[in-house]
Amino acid sequence: MPPAERTRLHRTALLVLPALAALGVGILLLLAAGVPPFEALWRLYEGAFGDGGDVANTLMAWVPLVLAAAGLCVTFAAGAWNIGIDGQITFGAISAAAAARLVPGSTAVVVPAVVLAGLAGGALWGLAAGVLRTHGGVNEIFGGLGLDFVARGLAIYLIIGPWQREGVASTGGTDLFRREAWLPTVGSTNLSILALVLAIAALAGTVVLLRGTRFGLELKAIGKGPASAILLGVDATRRMLWSFLICGGLAGVAGAVQAIGFHHKLVPAVSGGYGFLALLVVLLVGFRQAWIAPVALFFAAILSGSTQLQLRLDIDSSLGGVLQGVLVLLVLLARGWQLRRDRSTVAVVGSPTGEAV
Amino acid sequence: MTVALTGITKTFGSVRANDGVDLVVGDGELLGVLGENGAGKSTLMKILSGFQPADSGRVSIDGHQISLASPADAVAAGIGMLHQDPLVFLPMTVLDNYVLANPAQGDRRRGRHELAAAAGRFGFGLDLDTPVRRLSIGERQQLEILRLISLGVRVLILDEPTTAISVTQRAVLFAALRTLATDGTGVVFVSHKLEEVEELCTRVVVMRAGRVVGERAVPCSHDELVELMFGRRVDPEQRPPSLVGETRVRLEAVSVTDPLVPLHPVDLEIGAGEVVGIAGLEGSGQRQLLRACAGLTPFASGRFTLDGTDLTALPYRDRLTLGIRFLTAARIEEGLVEGLTVTEHVALVDDSGGGFVDWDEAERRADNRIERFSIRGMAGSTAESLSGGNQQRLLFALLPDRLSMLLMEHPTRGLDLESARWVWATLLERRGDGTAILFSSSDLDELLIHADRIAVFYAGEVVDVVEARLIGADRLGRLIAGAGRAAG
Repeated sequence: MPPAERTRLHRTALLVLPALAALGVGILLLLAAGVPPFEALWRLYEGAFGDGGDVANTLMAWVPLVLAAAGLCVTFAAGAWNIGIDGQITFGAISAAAAARLVPGSTAVVVPAVVLAGLAGGALWGLAAGVLRTHGGVNEIFGGLGLDFVARGLAIYLIIGPWQREGVASTGGTDLFRREAWLPTVGSTNLSILALVLAIAALAGTVVLLRGTRFGLELKAIGKGPASAILLGVDATRRMLWSFLICGGLAGVAGAVQAIGFHHKLVPAVSGGYGFLALLVVLLVGFRQAWIAPVALFFAAILSGSTQLQLRLDIDSSLGGVLQGVLVLLVLLARGWQLRRDRSTVAVVGSPTGEAV
Repeated sequence: MTVALTGITKTFGSVRANDGVDLVVGDGELLGVLGENGAGKSTLMKILSGFQPADSGRVSIDGHQISLASPADAVAAGIGMLHQDPLVFLPMTVLDNYVLANPAQGDRRRGRHELAAAAGRFGFGLDLDTPVRRLSIGERQQLEILRLISLGVRVLILDEPTTAISVTQRAVLFAALRTLATDGTGVVFVSHKLEEVEELCTRVVVMRAGRVVGERAVPCSHDELVELMFGRRVDPEQRPPSLVGETRVRLEAVSVTDPLVPLHPVDLEIGAGEVVGIAGLEGSGQRQLLRACAGLTPFASGRFTLDGTDLTALPYRDRLTLGIRFLTAARIEEGLVEGLTVTEHVALVDDSGGGFVDWDEAERRADNRIERFSIRGMAGSTAESLSGGNQQRLLFALLPDRLSMLLMEHPTRGLDLESARWVWATLLERRGDGTAILFSSSDLDELLIHADRIAVFYAGEVVDVVEARLIGADRLGRLIAGAGRAAG
């Protein structure tokens, strides 16, 4: 077998084998919990893909996951860990909610305005994390976490303060947006074609950006060797800021979709934790951005399917999260083990994905 | 006890860091290991102290071969190493650090008593209740020495211990090391500083390019040591004819602020097509000058002009557009990007296209340059998979066709003979376009053969600028070792 082909096969095995192992661990866990494992897995599948409504729910979980993961690929290429992505989703949702409340007119006017507001808000929050890193010397992990708290605090303040529901101040959320501000859906399902298109466009755009443009190449150079990249003439500071801006923008769109496509109001936990879940997706796919689509679908399916487990088998839906966590750990373990074998004599300092950064 | 290293070989990729090295240190001996950076000293010491295994060769104590799988093994065998920056628990006090590192001892009261006694004996003024983070590097070294001694270390290795400590602390350190030697502890003092080895040691082993190239009892001839360190196979008749044109680069009293090696005001002019070499012991200010000329660090004072234009405050990227390039000695860390292919490097420096990269075109260009610059590698080879010589060729391949000024650190360090010849042939070709070349080197031959003039640095000052064809290796060696300053 030619080496390139062997490498490709090898890489695929590194993703598939741990997935099978995770399935095995999942089955053992179910057995330990006294649940028939194959029925549970069937219910999980059925919950995710059983009927049109289920598929719609799964896809609507896939959308924010893909948007956030696509964005994270950009900062990841530059060697930065944009842990604050949940905050960028939240601030995007806040900006989107503001637009949904303020912009008058029909759906054709309001929805694009809301999406753009989400984009701008998320980009602003991402840029803030980037500026803290490039100009404030604050690691993006801490800066991002801090900004996440600020965004969440702001959401709660708005919900119980200026944007409180008529008569009652409740952390349950604001009043529902008017119908014109809701994402149009297909039939009686929650599926929004617009959201789906946005997610696919974001992923395709990211792949083109990272593989086909100078900007993508420069980000890659910064991520893999910042000192050398600068010596070769790359404007590292500006490129880094742009990567945060783009990542935050896509996260903000995810926030907007959450706000007007799912909750139809601003709620405190509007990000739905999709940012952190997207980090796991990116951890799994590494630099193979195209893999985001299937991996995110898998995660989305577990997410929407596991609610069925609770309903039908009385298993806590957090089991889905356990399965996802086990999967990520096993893939990382396989990669780390591989890296150790490859370079057993050389001390390795790499990123948490095992790819050298 | 006598520790012996026999036939130690260690390679990193294509670099032979140690190549069949033998070394013996006996009881109470003050052994200096002298050599320029990159000579292989640190690698050898890491092997001796159990931090990394040798590819081949033996370590033995009193004739018995031992295996050192970890630093703990080495300490148990009586071999301890003091690092340039000792590893300690910063928030904890001196006493706690000491007690923590001596599990057998446990008791703080006894620890305090012992530590105070030992510190007093060696003349270390350590306050036992100060948190370590408030100590200077010199004081941390003192603590670490006391800790290693208390663990029963009989051979103490010090790797460039004076890099970050004051002159007073150095005197205290040297006195302590002499006391230790009198007690029978073997001391291995690793340094690139000639005068320190001469001051402290009784025997010196000189390393160059991964090998032991000589051994002398101290005191010995200063010039002889310089010659051993820098090597000498000079045949000055190889000098190519000079092509010096009108002055292009002017450095007028430029200085650089640096916590370790501040650069005192330097005056230097470089003509079109002129090659100026920078000689000096490692860390005499060469790097500071080159980096500041490139625009990576600011000048603290003075004026830097190119063709009459003042560039003193111009940022790095703007200097690039004026045709100034800097190639560092760290070809992978500061030069090429690890993980990027030859094609990607070619695309990265090519700013002719728009926002998109035409990968087919980039690959054609990469193939073209691979052929033109005789790079042994493919368009898809990553930078780190190339050998040192081919990395240097790739760096040259990435330079634009016309340059106004080329700055280089150790142009041929670590390269095989063929690559080294190629590098100089390529560099000298650029003189025809009027490029002003400024390079630093620790190879006397390289300086004498290729430079038109040589600026000799010593302790952050230019002590002399000499015509390369008029100065002999002997005199250059003496200037490098500080004779220029002593003379005035």
